[in-house]
Amino acid sequence: MSQILDAVRGLALGERWNHAPKVVRWAVMLLVIAFAFYLPYLNILPFAYIRTDLTASGSDWASVLFLIVVYMIVAVGLNVVIGLAGLLDLGYVGFYALGAYSVAIFGSTNSPVVQALQSRFGLSEDWAVPFAVCIPIAILVSLVAGVILGAPTLRLRGDYLAIVTLGFGEIIRITFRNLDGISNGAAGITGVPVPPGPETDGRAFFNTIDAERWYWLALAILILLIFLARRLEHSRVGRAWLAIREDEDAAAVMGVAGFKFKLWAFAIGATLGGLAGLLFGSKQQYVEPNAFMVNLSFLFVAMVVIGGSGNIFGALLGAFLLTYLPERFREFVDWRPFAFGVALVAVMILRPQGLVPSRRRAREFEDRRHEAEEAAADV
Amino acid sequence: MSEQRMTQDMAEELKDTSDHDLIEMHTSGEVGETLLEVDHVTLRFGGVVALNDVNFEIRRGEILGLIGPNGAGKTTCFNAMTGVYTPTEGKIRFKGKEIAGTKPHKINHLGIARTFQNIRLFPEMSALENVMVGCDARHKSSVVGVLFRTYRVRPAEDELPESGIRRSLAKVFGVSRHTLEERAGRRRSMELLRFVGIADRAHELARNLPYGYQRRLEIARALATEPELICLDEPAAGFNPAEKEDLMGLIRRIRDLGHTVLVIEHDMKLVLGVTDRIVVLEFGSKIAEGTPDEVARNPKVIAAYLGEPDDAA
Ligand SMILES: Nc1ncnc2c1ncn2[C@@H]1O[C@H](COP(=O)(O)OP(=O)(O)OP(=O)(O)O)[C@@H](O)[C@H]1O
Ligand SMILES: [Mg+2]
Repeated sequence: MSQILDAVRGLALGERWNHAPKVVRWAVMLLVIAFAFYLPYLNILPFAYIRTDLTASGSDWASVLFLIVVYMIVAVGLNVVIGLAGLLDLGYVGFYALGAYSVAIFGSTNSPVVQALQSRFGLSEDWAVPFAVCIPIAILVSLVAGVILGAPTLRLRGDYLAIVTLGFGEIIRITFRNLDGISNGAAGITGVPVPPGPETDGRAFFNTIDAERWYWLALAILILLIFLARRLEHSRVGRAWLAIREDEDAAAVMGVAGFKFKLWAFAIGATLGGLAGLLFGSKQQYVEPNAFMVNLSFLFVAMVVIGGSGNIFGALLGAFLLTYLPERFREFVDWRPFAFGVALVAVMILRPQGLVPSRRRAREFEDRRHEAEEAAADV
Repeated sequence: MSEQRMTQDMAEELKDTSDHDLIEMHTSGEVGETLLEVDHVTLRFGGVVALNDVNFEIRRGEILGLIGPNGAGKTTCFNAMTGVYTPTEGKIRFKGKEIAGTKPHKINHLGIARTFQNIRLFPEMSALENVMVGCDARHKSSVVGVLFRTYRVRPAEDELPESGIRRSLAKVFGVSRHTLEERAGRRRSMELLRFVGIADRAHELARNLPYGYQRRLEIARALATEPELICLDEPAAGFNPAEKEDLMGLIRRIRDLGHTVLVIEHDMKLVLGVTDRIVVLEFGSKIAEGTPDEVARNPKVIAAYLGEPDDAA
């Protein structure tokens, strides 16, 4: 595998990309985006083999695409936390759940909270908070949760942070399972609202059948978020994160407000997680606590780490592989955990810095390995 | 932004900067007034007394040398001044304001910068980026401003883009503070690299720079935070005599820019040649203070240095 990767590196795609004229880069970018939007209709052989619905038991292609993009949004957010700021967050599913539950709790007519509001203020039975208002609520809830979790814990370093965040993810899920009066407990909430849109054929624009519309919506949001994330990366904020990652104490003496920027990374990550959860819950039109198990957190971290943390495109690739492959090869569903484990171990042995890491990250990784080897040799 | 484009920009910037438009200093006070006061500071690490009732002041505009044998407490003194450690007893005042216990980044914002005895650059950043982190200390753009370019400022005539449409847009909507700061930061960082004499390798990773370049890069990064007081911890360690001579010149030029300089140095000749006043520490206590001549004649100092022949270069 590493030979293949080396061969790919030999093409020096990154270098070529950077040396290409601006027009070419824009053209390529637009083509890629156009192709991404066209993907649900892809039907020309041999490319159609990438579809997941070739067999009767296959999963709906557009729905798979949608899930890939939702997880890509997660990966972009988690990449800010893990890849850029260097904070290991093992409870990311908590924010994902908060986003999904926010829109369900406030936007569904079946939610206990909405029903309580209806009877309290004498509103009609089909009243609920409009979807457009649910979005800022979901964003705000996950952002505030990020700050509340981050403020006390970001003073911890390394492993402690990982443990606390791991607990956070579980606390969120268990809370939603137990709060019957707010989240309807283990039964979950049905009737999660969908974005408004013109009715076609008597169906809402965003419905459970035309999954490609969801995919397009998520894709548009993803593109916007990638654009914004790159802005951050190439600014004083991105530099501050990098400085903190490399030498937190030296950064502080150089005037970098470490805690503030770490908290921002956490809050931004949380917001993106919430946004992804919102899309997921809205498309499912149903949320339940079991959809937000802790293993989802591990999957998210694996996406960023396998893809290559610190590099947005690495994280996107990781999200793609870990979402797409299991769906494409559904026949082997029993083998999924095994294959996942083997893949993880293989990557950790052959390419511990991830498939397409940022160059900096790859070198940081090498350094740490040397340090570890030296330390081991000293003993 | 790609490295490639950045390099091109930089080449142009390098061309049209002259020595004159270097850092404009905003020194508010008068030369000679007390800038920093170390007021009877004691600092203990468990049983070790690293600083014992140390008492001295730094005056605005001077070059003050801090000398003493190994383990005398010089670096510890820097650490106390820059917020890394809090003194066990005593006070440290900067411009009359108590700073002991203040967070390191806040102290930096107040106007104290430093370099490290054991170089601590950001190894995976280029030399230029290292200095830009320093410049960022004075920048104001927020996360929201960076994301959405919300904070607009009206740029000066010469900061407007050249081409037609962009120029008109910038005139109507202004330019985001982030963009201006980023541009100014890059320009100033480049100037600082030239100032310390390492601009030719601005785009190399800090880790790949030769030792002498790394030492100078630390100075440039500290200067970038626009400090009123810059503390240099053995900036000439490991230098040969010619390089030391060079560095003395650099220290004087730093002072001429309007910065006050505190320098730790083992090399007596260097210290005597460049400083206005000297404070001598031994075993955590101040044993002498005065002009280079006074200190050089002080029997206690001579004894201390004769006892440490390694350092009496
Ligand atoms: N973090 C610490 N914990 C315990 N002891 C310390 C610590 N930092 C410094 N010391 C002790 O304080 C004393 C002064 O150390 P310091 O590093 O300030 O000396 P110095 O004058 O800078 O010496 P050098 O010329 O070797 O750099 C030494 O005895 C050192 O062992
Ligand atoms: Mg020292």
